[in-house]
Amino acid sequence: MSRGPRSQSRCILVVLILRGKHVTSRRLAVAVAALLALPAVQAAAQEEPPPPIIKPGAPGQPSTVIEAAKATDLSKVGYTRADVEFMQGMIGHHAQAIEMVDLLKTRTASDDMRKLGQRIEISQRDEIRMMKEWLTARGQAVPDEHAHHMPGATLMPGMLTADEMAKLGAAKGVAFDRLFLELMIKHHMGAVAMVQQLFATEGAGQDGEIFAFASDVDADQAMEIRRMAIMLKELGR
Amino acid sequence: MKSAVQRLVVVSLGVGALVAAVAAQQPAFDPKDPRIGLKAGLRDAGVASKGLELVASMGRPEGFYDPKQPAGEPMPPERQGNQTPEAPAAAAPQAGGQRPGGAPPAGGGGGLNFANSDLAFQGNRVIIGNFHGFNTYDIENTRRPRLIASVVCPGGQGDVSIYGNLLFMSVEQTRGRVDCGVEGVADAVSRERFRGVRIFDITDVARPRQVAAVQTCRGSHTHTLVTNPADRTKIYVYGSGTSTVRPGEELEGCVGKPDDPNTSLFSIDVIEVPIAAPERARIVNTPRIFADDKGNLGGLWQGGNHGEGTQTSRMTNQCHDITVFPAVGLAAGACSGNGILLDISDPVHPKRLDAVVDKSFAYWHSATFNHDGTKVIFTDEWGGGTRPRCRAEDPTTWGANAVFDIVDRKLVFRGYYKMPAAQTEQENCVAHNGSLIPVPGRDIMVQGWYQGGVSVFDFTDSTRPFEIAYFDRGPLDPTQLITGGYWSAYWYNGHIYGSEIARGLDIFRLTPTEHLTQHEIDAAMLVRAEEVNAQEQKPVTWPAASVVARAYLDQLNRTKGIQPARAQAVNAALTRVDELRTGREAGAGAVLDQLDALAGQLDTDAQASSGADQKRLRALAETLRGRAARLR
Repeated sequence: MSRGPRSQSRCILVVLILRGKHVTSRRLAVAVAALLALPAVQAAAQEEPPPPIIKPGAPGQPSTVIEAAKATDLSKVGYTRADVEFMQGMIGHHAQAIEMVDLLKTRTASDDMRKLGQRIEISQRDEIRMMKEWLTARGQAVPDEHAHHMPGATLMPGMLTADEMAKLGAAKGVAFDRLFLELMIKHHMGAVAMVQQLFATEGAGQDGEIFAFASDVDADQAMEIRRMAIMLKELGR
Repeated sequence: MKSAVQRLVVVSLGVGALVAAVAAQQPAFDPKDPRIGLKAGLRDAGVASKGLELVASMGRPEGFYDPKQPAGEPMPPERQGNQTPEAPAAAAPQAGGQRPGGAPPAGGGGGLNFANSDLAFQGNRVIIGNFHGFNTYDIENTRRPRLIASVVCPGGQGDVSIYGNLLFMSVEQTRGRVDCGVEGVADAVSRERFRGVRIFDITDVARPRQVAAVQTCRGSHTHTLVTNPADRTKIYVYGSGTSTVRPGEELEGCVGKPDDPNTSLFSIDVIEVPIAAPERARIVNTPRIFADDKGNLGGLWQGGNHGEGTQTSRMTNQCHDITVFPAVGLAAGACSGNGILLDISDPVHPKRLDAVVDKSFAYWHSATFNHDGTKVIFTDEWGGGTRPRCRAEDPTTWGANAVFDIVDRKLVFRGYYKMPAAQTEQENCVAHNGSLIPVPGRDIMVQGWYQGGVSVFDFTDSTRPFEIAYFDRGPLDPTQLITGGYWSAYWYNGHIYGSEIARGLDIFRLTPTEHLTQHEIDAAMLVRAEEVNAQEQKPVTWPAASVVARAYLDQLNRTKGIQPARAQAVNAALTRVDELRTGREAGAGAVLDQLDALAGQLDTDAQASSGADQKRLRALAETLRGRAARLR
């Protein structure tokens, strides 16, 4: 049975030897040296046919033999429309978190709040980048980060309305901190809900990359919600 | 390996500021290192090595790579934060669970679907895990390994461990199925989904059968076998779940909310497996190993950086990997934001002894004890394993190993080690899985660094680890980062086995260098194990053989820890004793008496010595006595 990558490198060596006969002795020496450098490794090629591929059954059930083409068929676990929409929707969602942090920079007096803001900004920027790359690599539309400012735009779960943003922008000091934490908790809870929605959608979240990304969003945002809830409590609600 | 987001977090912090803050623990990258500038390729990449000889290389077998992309899918490059990629003329996604049609994308998300992962060993077999299943090779002849079983059972990461006729495997992805099918699970809540630890019976190695599948709330990213010296009828598995908590409707008792007292975060799964009835395997505890005195379940590192110019460490709500050393009753947990030390004398109820943070660590990833359980090496998987983190500009203490001494059951930081050759943007590289090489008298570890290759280093002096051997290939691709390289590199019965994510199984042997003599290698070769799971460490003893004595002697000569006259006398006595066939032939008595006399003198020498040399002098004396006793 053909073992793609290896048979290819074998062919290259054979070609080197054959060509060596017709070229200068220096080239021949190079070809031979290439051969000599690799004898042990080349010898590792398995001469007997590989064993059949086994697919075990559920616990207690027998194992069966499966064809290679069937074994590598990932057509049912690729990304779905719901995966794409999740990534597209999350870009604007994250972008709004960064806008909120921008307000924080001039309105808070607390170092802890600034640190929180920095953390949120770093992680949201990186995730936005990751989502854009994921979409681009798959030939999918990459939405504008600020599309949610358009009149009539649909807001993803947890996102602030224009009124809420204005209210936050008008607050200062401790009042700002309190409002920021309340709104950011709501905002993050929306992201967690989006992940739950994704995994609750038939066929979604099966692709390895989507699974890993959504898992991380879920874990990170849940942790930040927890931290912010503690900070809010310390502010003495 | 960690997942998507974590790779990117912290990237944007401006490396310049970081470098300044990082202690100059290691010299800068050597621009003349032969590992720099190697040609790219899947099967024909340029190679640089020192002290390691590649004796066999087996590509991934059929069924374990995408025939259209044998190396794997490219990772998109990292872009600057504000740069917006051009929106392509998008093929509209199709509705309702249908996959978007058309040609496969030019770039992808890393292509981990068929990635090789961890290794386990038993007898003359090595098992290489894969996100898609596992493969078993016969390694009786290490120059001609033979594939003897290919098993498809997707779900990632596919880390494997072995105990007798049982093979254990970690599954975390939502596509994992109870019946090992490749078709995934479309329903959000389904009894067909499997995330947790699978158990296979491998009595018929060519045709393993699944005998148990223990479901867990977060799945199993990695797992660790824990034997109980007091009870051999059971074995325990510490399951480490790192991903999203599944809904309680799918698995009863799973709670995703972090502030719920029953949250599935902030714990590990302790699974009990009756050896004679593995189908009865079940979770017997989910210990709250991060809890503080006030009952806060997530009582350890809360996430964030450690001051200006320091790394941002993840919040501790999970362990990535736990390494146990049952003979000394200890476990070392690499648990996202913390390194922890656990008392596992009661394996069902691990108790935290200590927890440390490190200002250079992004994500505590794995742990390895030294032979006598007095040190732990923790690794930092900065960038998650899919990003280039060994470039010349990357700090040498970030994405590195940290060496800790265990002092009064507490962890004390001593030094960092990072594979010292600068790698390219096309090579994902960071500290990853490794194991000890049993050279007597020294602490030596071999370790995989993804596309940074394999690095062998000495940490006998915890404050000054240094490299003694390496093997490195050029990147998989000259222009794109395709996730690849060594997931693990482990020593097993005389050889080093590397699990290469994209290129398959590599087998190496050590060759002598100025840092390692043939005697030291030969002494390591004498140590044999029937079974090796790197996350379960066992005590190592060396036979009282002449080559072991010569290994100690080489070390003492290297450090000038022995008087030259004494070294010559020991060398001469070993030569004479090796010429004896029995202890009863003429003149044998005098030779054996002389070994004993030298042993006494070495013990006296040891009293005036200290540190590693003192230990070596004593071990050398012990070995000479044992050598004599064997012949008497």
